[in-house]
Amino acid sequence: MASEDKFNLVVEFSGGLELLFSGRRKLTISVPIKDNEGQAVTVGWLVHYLCNEVMEDSRKNMFVLDGHVCPGILVLINDADWELEGEASYALQPNDNVLFVSTLHGG
Amino acid sequence: MESANASAEGLRKQISETEESLRKLKAQLHQFEFQEKSDSAKTVSLDEHKWPLSAEEYKRYGRQMIVPSVGIQGQLRLKAAKVLIIGAGGLGCPAAAYIAGAGVGTLGIVDGDVVETSNLHRQILHGTEKIRWKKVDSMIASLKSLNPNPAYVAHAEHISPQNSESIVKQYDLVLDCTDNPASRYLISDICILLQKTLISASALRTDGQLIVLNLPPLPAGAEGGPCYRCVFPKPPPADTVVSCGDGGIIGPVVGVMGVMQAVEAIKIITSGKIDSSAEVAGSGENTKQEPTLMLLFSANSSQPFRSVKLRSRRAGCFACSKDSQLSLESLTSGSVDYVLFCGFTSPTKILQPEERIEASQYSKVRSKQHILLDVRDKVQFDICHLDGSINVPFSNFQGGKEDVVDGSSWIPDSLPNDASVYVVCRLGNDSQVVTRKLKEAGLDARGKRYIGDVKGGFKAWKEQVDQSWPEY
Ligand SMILES: [Zn+2]
Repeated sequence: MASEDKFNLVVEFSGGLELLFSGRRKLTISVPIKDNEGQAVTVGWLVHYLCNEVMEDSRKNMFVLDGHVCPGILVLINDADWELEGEASYALQPNDNVLFVSTLHGG
Repeated sequence: MESANASAEGLRKQISETEESLRKLKAQLHQFEFQEKSDSAKTVSLDEHKWPLSAEEYKRYGRQMIVPSVGIQGQLRLKAAKVLIIGAGGLGCPAAAYIAGAGVGTLGIVDGDVVETSNLHRQILHGTEKIRWKKVDSMIASLKSLNPNPAYVAHAEHISPQNSESIVKQYDLVLDCTDNPASRYLISDICILLQKTLISASALRTDGQLIVLNLPPLPAGAEGGPCYRCVFPKPPPADTVVSCGDGGIIGPVVGVMGVMQAVEAIKIITSGKIDSSAEVAGSGENTKQEPTLMLLFSANSSQPFRSVKLRSRRAGCFACSKDSQLSLESLTSGSVDYVLFCGFTSPTKILQPEERIEASQYSKVRSKQHILLDVRDKVQFDICHLDGSINVPFSNFQGGKEDVVDGSSWIPDSLPNDASVYVVCRLGNDSQVVTRKLKEAGLDARGKRYIGDVKGGFKAWKEQVDQSWPEY
């Protein structure tokens, strides 16, 4: 695939979620403009890509449970709750920042 | 030796008696000073009517009153405010210190715990001499010395569906400084039902989070700031929730979050945002809804502070929408089961009795050739471990790498295949999971090799074998 068919975005993990991604808090990844079915790639696509292609840890159900992002994890697109942006159906744009935050409960 | 013990005991008794009478003397003195103050106030009662605060209060709060966003009006609002802090721990201590210092009228504290040594690195209002005190009493003693002006109210019990209404309704603003999901949902629900703004914070390891919920405080069905359920409609799976006791916590990290709660409390009170009086309504405050933010703090990140924008109220929210299924009756009667909702991790019971060995029994077989597999995190292993033990952290087994689970990456080649493997951890839960995994991977050589865990982990080791084992 030619490089112009891809674009970059920044993915970040916080609140302990980085422990599931080999301790990495921030990564730049290159994603295709269209998915296999010719549709624009969405955050939903990204979640499954991260789970299947990037995550080495076998505890997949601490990130994705029953096909959805695990309860207790907030997804923020460019620092706004993804529910303000159309949730999983949000179409990713070049240089978007997607932050996954695990909720903390200690005090 | 016996007589030394007796005289130490005698001294301890004498000290605690002297401390008790010292406390009484101080209370008497305080009474007299207060009397003196109000007597002298009577003689200048004409002046007193001129000024809404006492001379001492002008001095004490002057430095914050001359900040334009506070002013005399803000100070009077603080003095009229009743604030409730739920949880007298790592968040509650710093939050309470600054809120009391700022001169609120009434400060209530809810906590059913007693002070322990492991609290002291972060719970800064308790002290070494207050170990085994009720946390509420310890905290209020410190706060009174900081600022005797506010009225302090001790609620020496944990927040529960049964007591939440009667406690929370006495206050104007609530701070959630607790440490578990069940109490967080309960506190959010009662704050919606009683229309209180809620400042919620949490922390673990090197990270912290803060959200101001239900601001302005509105009843269910109104358009407004979200509740905890709007942001987190479903609780996280119980086995993914990590406590400060298990995951660890840096003192000043949770401290920063408690201090930030105090900042938000002072901002909200002095700006009049939760004041329903007509005077405020007429003060030209812009009523346009500002977006709700969540503050994220990560001490180890290149960008330690970050604010993200959250949603407003969720249509169909269980607690705050017009379709709310929540009522004071259903909450206080216990028909909303918070513990069940959040799930619980029952004590791990994976292994059969013959697959487990008592710590005392293990100490007797240590001379035979075997492997002790310590599955605690490396940082815990570095604090203390037994000679000859091998450290492979539990998370590596969960990570599922084949050479970890089948032992090939950590079992020495020289080990005969009938030498036993004993698995140990801090409390005896993770060790059961690992033992089962090892057997499933065939490491027991079809029963030739014994694989079992040390029942009760190093806690049992300390109790049964080595009293000097560090408890951390
Ligand atoms: Zn809600």
